[in-house]
Amino acid sequence: MIEGLLDDFLVRALLAGLMVALVAGPLGAFVVWRRMAYFGDTVAHSALLGVALGILLGLNLNLVVTLVCVAIAVLLVLLQRRQELASDTLLGILAHSALSLGIVAVAFIEGLRVDLMAYLFGDILAVGTGDLVAIALGGGIALLLLILLWRPLLALTVHEELAQVEGVPVLAVRLGLMLLIALVIAAAMQVVGVLLITALMIIPAASARRFATTPEQMAFLAALIGMLAVGAGLWGSFQYDTPTGPTIVVAAMLGFILIHLLPARLVPHFGRR
Amino acid sequence: MRFRSPAKAAAPVPDSSLLLDAQDVSLERGERLILDRVSVQVRPAAVTVVIGPNGAGKTSLLRVLLGLWAPTRGRVRRRDGLRIGYMPQRLQIEPVLPLSVRRFLTLRQRAPAQELLAHLERVGVPHLLNKPVQSLSGGEMQRVLLARAMLNRPNLLVLDEPAQGVDIVGQGEVFRLIDGIRAETGCGVLMVSHDLHLVMANADAVICLNQHVCCTGRPEEVSRDPEYQRLFPAADVRGIGIYTHDHDHVHDLHGDVHQCSGGDGVGKGGRSR
Repeated sequence: MIEGLLDDFLVRALLAGLMVALVAGPLGAFVVWRRMAYFGDTVAHSALLGVALGILLGLNLNLVVTLVCVAIAVLLVLLQRRQELASDTLLGILAHSALSLGIVAVAFIEGLRVDLMAYLFGDILAVGTGDLVAIALGGGIALLLLILLWRPLLALTVHEELAQVEGVPVLAVRLGLMLLIALVIAAAMQVVGVLLITALMIIPAASARRFATTPEQMAFLAALIGMLAVGAGLWGSFQYDTPTGPTIVVAAMLGFILIHLLPARLVPHFGRR
Repeated sequence: MRFRSPAKAAAPVPDSSLLLDAQDVSLERGERLILDRVSVQVRPAAVTVVIGPNGAGKTSLLRVLLGLWAPTRGRVRRRDGLRIGYMPQRLQIEPVLPLSVRRFLTLRQRAPAQELLAHLERVGVPHLLNKPVQSLSGGEMQRVLLARAMLNRPNLLVLDEPAQGVDIVGQGEVFRLIDGIRAETGCGVLMVSHDLHLVMANADAVICLNQHVCCTGRPEEVSRDPEYQRLFPAADVRGIGIYTHDHDHVHDLHGDVHQCSGGDGVGKGGRSR
């Protein structure tokens, strides 16, 4: 019965999208709180390098993409420490260099036509059962990691030194966050593509802020809003024959606008200033 | 509280009653020497104040004493079972992070609401328990930070510019609270400030820092020290005391009246957000 259901490409696409949104939303909350949107973007762009590397080496793409993303994330943190360049300059250089390098590297792959568009903007309708398992695995690990790291991560986000004095292993938690971002990027690549992954993280989280009175609520709502966007985007893409990844992001954007147009009396008082 | 000048520092005998004992601590960041053979001893139930001009290395010294940074040379001993309550200099929490005071207090350790209220009551702000942290004024935030530092039942309270962002009347209040807590719990207090007369009124020992220890001793000794007067030329005539009223003149230690030269000191850094 389930196997029969999974035969339907739309069902597979929906499942993949929902799983990704489930973890991208809560992680997105941290990306928003810690002002890491551009950071996430840069790491996501480098995922294409991982794709090229994976194809060249004939290894599992999800694994290689995850590893490359972790490596780039750690490199970024180390470079930012040096503070010779402003952070946004550094990220700007790396984001576009990584993307260009990835595209150039893919072009070098001979005898294999790689559908670049699928990696840049996602190809959720092509998700196979194997992909589904990979997404479930990566997403599951990420979700578990996020739950385990939740409290220390939150403490770190509020005030890093205070957290350190209070015994939070800052370096380990930070590395954990890098790994988390990498895992989610690898899982989300097929759904919305490397160019749009950050949108799937920050738009639901930013939308959720309007209703949330606690960090946990914001994370939960972000997951919910992200999943709604995936459903709506998939439906819209089917209905209007539009590219699915961008349609999901458009759906999320419409939700964001709608939520922020809501009259104030429908929104809990807490948190507004 | 005694200080040995580095030249005379014969093999120090560890004093087990000391909460913190830093011996000849030097710190280099990059090429720059930030701390030069600084020795600090913090005793239980005593208020130790580190003063110094901007850029004197006060916060760096605090970081080394807290164990956040390793000293380049020298060593810091902490008493076994030392529990530090730390109150950082500034705490700006992103408005996008929904966080109530209650949640902020329990970021690291859970505690019943009753206990949280008792601590907030102690610092005079029980009504803030369910307010978003971003809505607090500078003075309210300092009080909440103080309450949070007390939650862990510390035997050492470490405060970095505790009156930062608090108006002049509120500053006196903050210092009175700190003094009251010290008297009640018997915890040691180590604080850093560039605001002289306010902190020195309550101090048991003052360390005047300008990369190296310029002078040290009881407040009245330090304020008469030529090194100190050279570092704080505008402030040397002000004497010691808490000013909660406006004056166009000040009284020095001997009760003589001097005209204010309008220099450094009062209300510096007292800008509220």
